[in-house]
Amino acid sequence: MGFDQYHEPPQELSAETRTFARLCASLEEECQAIGWYQQRLSVEPDPEARAIMHDAQGEEFKHFAMDLEFLLRRTPRWRQIAAGVLFKDGDIVEHGEAAEAGSEDTDDDSAAPGDGSLGIGSLKGEER
Amino acid sequence: MNHLLRHLAPISDSGWELLDDEARERLVGALAARRLVDFGGPHGWERSATNLGRTESLEAAPCEGVEGRQRRVLPLVELRAEFAISRAELRDDDRGALDADLEPLDRAARQIAVAENVAVFHGWEDAGIVGVAEASPVAPQPLGESAEEYPRSVAGAVEALREVGVGGPYGLALGPEEHTRVIETAEHGGYPLFDHLAKILGGGPIVWAPGVRGAVVLSLRGGDFRFESGQDLAIGYSHHDAEAVHLYLEQSFSFVVATPEAAAPLSPARAT
Repeated sequence: MGFDQYHEPPQELSAETRTFARLCASLEEECQAIGWYQQRLSVEPDPEARAIMHDAQGEEFKHFAMDLEFLLRRTPRWRQIAAGVLFKDGDIVEHGEAAEAGSEDTDDDSAAPGDGSLGIGSLKGEER
Repeated sequence: MNHLLRHLAPISDSGWELLDDEARERLVGALAARRLVDFGGPHGWERSATNLGRTESLEAAPCEGVEGRQRRVLPLVELRAEFAISRAELRDDDRGALDADLEPLDRAARQIAVAENVAVFHGWEDAGIVGVAEASPVAPQPLGESAEEYPRSVAGAVEALREVGVGGPYGLALGPEEHTRVIETAEHGGYPLFDHLAKILGGGPIVWAPGVRGAVVLSLRGGDFRFESGQDLAIGYSHHDAEAVHLYLEQSFSFVVATPEAAAPLSPARAT
């Protein structure tokens, strides 16, 4: 069994960092699969096969989004920069530079997420 | 730095940790709605409205030959509960005291949690929010005078949802009095009422819901009820004097019922 997602000795990493690395690896894999399906769709002429690939690529979009949301929730500075770039019209590079500059005071180790909130969010499915 | 202005407060890092931890603990126990409805966001303090996907036509147009429609949105509401913490208590906490008096924070946390629950389950007319119970086309049935009657009432509500094609799992929001009765009661043979109700709900949660009048049974399948968070609950700084730091708990949100028939309200015994 490989442990390629770790760049440092796993035994020296905290449980939180190992989980973070696993989700980073998962994010990469979903992104890679999205790219592969895109290539397959561009060359596949059979409509039935294309429909299946289109559906499968949708699954990968969902997985990618879930992985990303998990990682952003655990990384306030990343979340803050992403919030300054994603789903915005206009110049992507300008948004990116501004978001990065605005994030420099954000401490990823702080108890509260980047927006200063208590980070409560959804409680659906949680035990009391 | 953001609109909460936390960096301006005369509070140490450990003091903020104390306040945030206390607020989180108090809120998580009381925020019943978030255990039962879909949660979107948080989208940030700048988010001002929820898209309803609907329009209304405009009578007049800028010129002939065109017609205008205007998008309808639901503005987010800002909900704030203010409180003050003694600076002496915060200094004692910095010295290592384990019993800082945070009662004003606890009270504010309960107030804002109750307000959120009431807005979601019973609506907030001035804010344009229709609650789960008010939106339901199912006429409220009495929950029952005694806890022994609850299983029949809850089973009836679940059946009412099933009859209109609303699938489970189902959850039950119970007002504090009703919840206490459920916890205290064992049926014939010593079987806990709580477990019986959970079985009726298909294993769904039974939630202590301060602010709820009676009870509400609702589907948890998703897509029926949406709480949209702008700024999620946070502690902000207002001002301070020699004696106290004046703070507040604040959030912005909207709430939309997409499927009114996915819930069935049960009225409290005293209203029957």
